[in-house]
Amino acid sequence: MSKYLLLRHREVPTLNRLEVYRQHGGFQAFHKAVTSMQPDQVTEVVKVSGLRGRGGAGFPTGMKWSFIDKKAWPHYVVANADESEPGTFKDREIMEGNPFQFLEGVALASYAVGANAAYVYLRGEFWQIAGQLDQHIAEMEAAGLLGDNLFGSGYSLHIYTHLGAGAYICGEETAMLESLEGKLGQPRLRPPFPPSFGLYGKPTVVNNVETLTNLPLIVDRGAEWYRTYGTEKSPGVKVFSLSGNVNRPGNYELPLGTTFRELIYEHGGGLSSGRKVKAIMPAGASSSLIVATEQALDTPMDYESVPSLGAQLGSASIIIVDDSVSIAWLINKTVHFFKHESCGKCTPCREGTFWMQHLTERIEGGKRTREDVELLTDVANQIKGKCLCALGEFSIEAVLSGIDRFKGDFEVKTSAQQLEVSSQPSVVMQE
Amino acid sequence: MLKDKYPEEIKAVLGKYPPEQKRSAVMPLLYLAQREQGFVTKAAINEIAEILGVSATDVASIVGYYTLYYDEPGSKYRIQVCTDLPCALRGAEEFLEKLCENLGIRVGETTSDGLVTVEAVMCLAACDKAPMFQVQSGDGLSYHENQTVESAMNLVKTWRKGDGRA
Repeated sequence: MSKYLLLRHREVPTLNRLEVYRQHGGFQAFHKAVTSMQPDQVTEVVKVSGLRGRGGAGFPTGMKWSFIDKKAWPHYVVANADESEPGTFKDREIMEGNPFQFLEGVALASYAVGANAAYVYLRGEFWQIAGQLDQHIAEMEAAGLLGDNLFGSGYSLHIYTHLGAGAYICGEETAMLESLEGKLGQPRLRPPFPPSFGLYGKPTVVNNVETLTNLPLIVDRGAEWYRTYGTEKSPGVKVFSLSGNVNRPGNYELPLGTTFRELIYEHGGGLSSGRKVKAIMPAGASSSLIVATEQALDTPMDYESVPSLGAQLGSASIIIVDDSVSIAWLINKTVHFFKHESCGKCTPCREGTFWMQHLTERIEGGKRTREDVELLTDVANQIKGKCLCALGEFSIEAVLSGIDRFKGDFEVKTSAQQLEVSSQPSVVMQE
Repeated sequence: MLKDKYPEEIKAVLGKYPPEQKRSAVMPLLYLAQREQGFVTKAAINEIAEILGVSATDVASIVGYYTLYYDEPGSKYRIQVCTDLPCALRGAEEFLEKLCENLGIRVGETTSDGLVTVEAVMCLAACDKAPMFQVQSGDGLSYHENQTVESAMNLVKTWRKGDGRA
């Protein structure tokens, strides 16, 4: 039995060739669905499988599809290949190594929601991957796997790639749709949600690359088979992107519910000698900081267990932080990222990340007063719950959890330093 | 004019979107325009606006919003080093500093021969292979992973040779 469901190219390196993919069962599921299943039956299988969105939100995939408005047409599917979260590098490997399983997933999602056109939105930096996908799409068209009247069923599907141009926010689904429409990639006010008002105002389903890549096996082998992987509430496998202070960073495909300890020590080869895990960020830079206690290390990585540690599993981009790292330095890095990537639409996020950056720079630079840390906490709390999308929320996760859970890293060291700094105005305009 | 030089490409790009949604083609057409001189000229912005039936301001706003489009000429090669958290934990900041030191510039500056600009950029989805950078040039974008200052300097050396400046 194969070790992989998603990263199958690690065992079959030529899986990125259409004939090899077909020899390994490729497009059986799509053929079966189009010729012998109703679209709603495909949705039902995916619902029963318990597959949840792998892009970060963890929303049940089949349920998302069932929200599609059947009174308005045409329908669209958009594959989210904008992978830009610091710590995430899984979709890139899937699209390079196992592209046809991903594209078959796009085709299955399209059939299930009745879409005749699907777009793959890739971050601009992935232009070489987009070129490869264009070739693969042409091969599928030549083989009768894409195009009009597929398998004589009357169902037609075309898939197109679309390149972004360097904007993290376009990974947010409504910003992605705006970008695809040729506008500034800024989030929309929701509701209405994309399944009723999406691309060009039409019902649209947006799914992450990894989510889609699960589909061919689920449809081919069945929901019950898929549920033999993972846990009761988080079935299936996940590609964990492991990065930071570990000996063997990389992508690890493991069942949901694997512990942090197993990922870090058995698969990731542990830390450099003498170093201990200080903090874990399970959802990339958007993550709260988990204090790496023994209990935390033994916690299963699934959608239900990680929240018990005051964090979210998100996209499972596991950043390991060792005990040589100052959390004051770390939050300065994450705030810098979000300040750069804030799209500017909502004032609390645009201004809040700007001011947080001034404060984290001063705190990290050692010129901190007690008031600075309090002010930073205050600014962060004022961003909370006040923005159209999650970027603003993400920008404060590491800040608030860092200050709360790693107090020692924010203490004002000496009274002399404190005196020196407190003689300056507490907020300094720079630029 | 783009229309004279790339008629087939423009047709293929427009064919991806519904006929009444031509505006969707603005990003691929800007990439096409940028291929010419490494940045998007005013003339290209006007031409794209005309092709899509939108205002030149609409097109220019896209150039301004997205970081991969440039509206002024730059050096031939842009080395863009990721210094976000996961890369920084693996020495990306030190790598960037030493690389700049070797090239005799500061971050954001261009070498005296005008060939290479070094920039710090946001996450490039290659966190497990840091230090890493992408190179933006007339040939497109390429990733360079698991880098050392030495390997990066060797790359610059080959560019200088190719450019007759070594």
